[in-house]
Amino acid sequence: MCKECGCGEPEHGHSHDHAHPHTHDHSHDHAHPHTGGPSHEHADHTHDASGAPVPRGDRVVRLEQKVLSRNDEAAARNRAWLRERGITAVNLISAPGTGKTLLLEKTLEALEGRVPCAVITGDQRTDNDARRLAGKGAPVRQIETVSACHLDAERVGELLPTVCEGGTRLLFIENVGNLVCPAAFDLGESFKVALLSTTEGEDKPIKYPSLFTRAGAVVITKMDLAPHLDWDLSACRRNIQGVRPGVFTFELSAKTGEGMQGWLEYLERLVS
Amino acid sequence: MHELSVALALLEQVEAVAERNRAERVSRVTVTVGALSGVDPAALRLAFPVAAEETRAAAARLDIVDQPARARCRDCGHESAPEFPLAVCAACGSTDAEILGGRDLVLTSVELDTADPET
Repeated sequence: MCKECGCGEPEHGHSHDHAHPHTHDHSHDHAHPHTGGPSHEHADHTHDASGAPVPRGDRVVRLEQKVLSRNDEAAARNRAWLRERGITAVNLISAPGTGKTLLLEKTLEALEGRVPCAVITGDQRTDNDARRLAGKGAPVRQIETVSACHLDAERVGELLPTVCEGGTRLLFIENVGNLVCPAAFDLGESFKVALLSTTEGEDKPIKYPSLFTRAGAVVITKMDLAPHLDWDLSACRRNIQGVRPGVFTFELSAKTGEGMQGWLEYLERLVS
Repeated sequence: MHELSVALALLEQVEAVAERNRAERVSRVTVTVGALSGVDPAALRLAFPVAAEETRAAAARLDIVDQPARARCRDCGHESAPEFPLAVCAACGSTDAEILGGRDLVLTSVELDTADPET
């Protein structure tokens, strides 16, 4: 296994016999409570011949500590920091190549002068996305994860004071292109937006439920290509609604502008 | 694939416990993994020794306790251990499910090997 990010062939062959279901309604409105700490620890002991307690060589320390408490704690701090300043943060998650960056380019251009925006964008390497998004009226910062396959709350938290200058109302966090891991790492956002393009088929929502069941909104991109593809819009909508009943879905093309008006009006209403 | 991140976070907590209790070695780590935690127990089992290398838990045994998913139908109140992602109530067919349990990813206990027991 790759020590950096856990990818690659395992040293010993093994297979997953069954899918692991993981869908849940997870509210992020409050800091995550967690237990644990010295007060929960106690040692086991035996007794010697006279009946007095004697500590054993092996001691079992009982805890009930959430494992991801560190990222959760950082996310809770981010959430509080953003709330205090009236900033709405959206965490954009999709496969690589879905069109997050182009959508952000067009969004920033349209909202310039109307809604003060800011962007944190993440990739393994390069600042290509930050360069594309620069000069559109919004501060932009790039996180290079180097090896990690998702953004984490601590690194995002470090950038918040820099990228959200006074007056920012809407922060876009463009996550690393990945439909799996980012869904598990709370960044402190107001909600997640799941994106998929017409070139990705109709079944991404049911293949990647851990993301789609947590999405506050879904965006279907590259609608301009739909006429050239054997792509079933109804089937895609059905899959989205089946996994996340009632979720608001936008169908658009950042390239042609189709459907962009609804998306922009939605964003403006979020911060009004 | 992020089970390595999870394992690293886990080992950080385990090391802290060992340090607090002045133990040189950790012999066993017990983790509760909920069906809805997003963590795959098999992948965690693979990642654990990698993350534990050169720590006090390098030779520790990992015990994983599975925590099943539990949901309650908001329409009729029926409780079940659902099959996801399309959680349909077996009693009334509604998809409006309230999750009651199965989300946990918890370090339950750590077994320490202390060469010199304290009196």
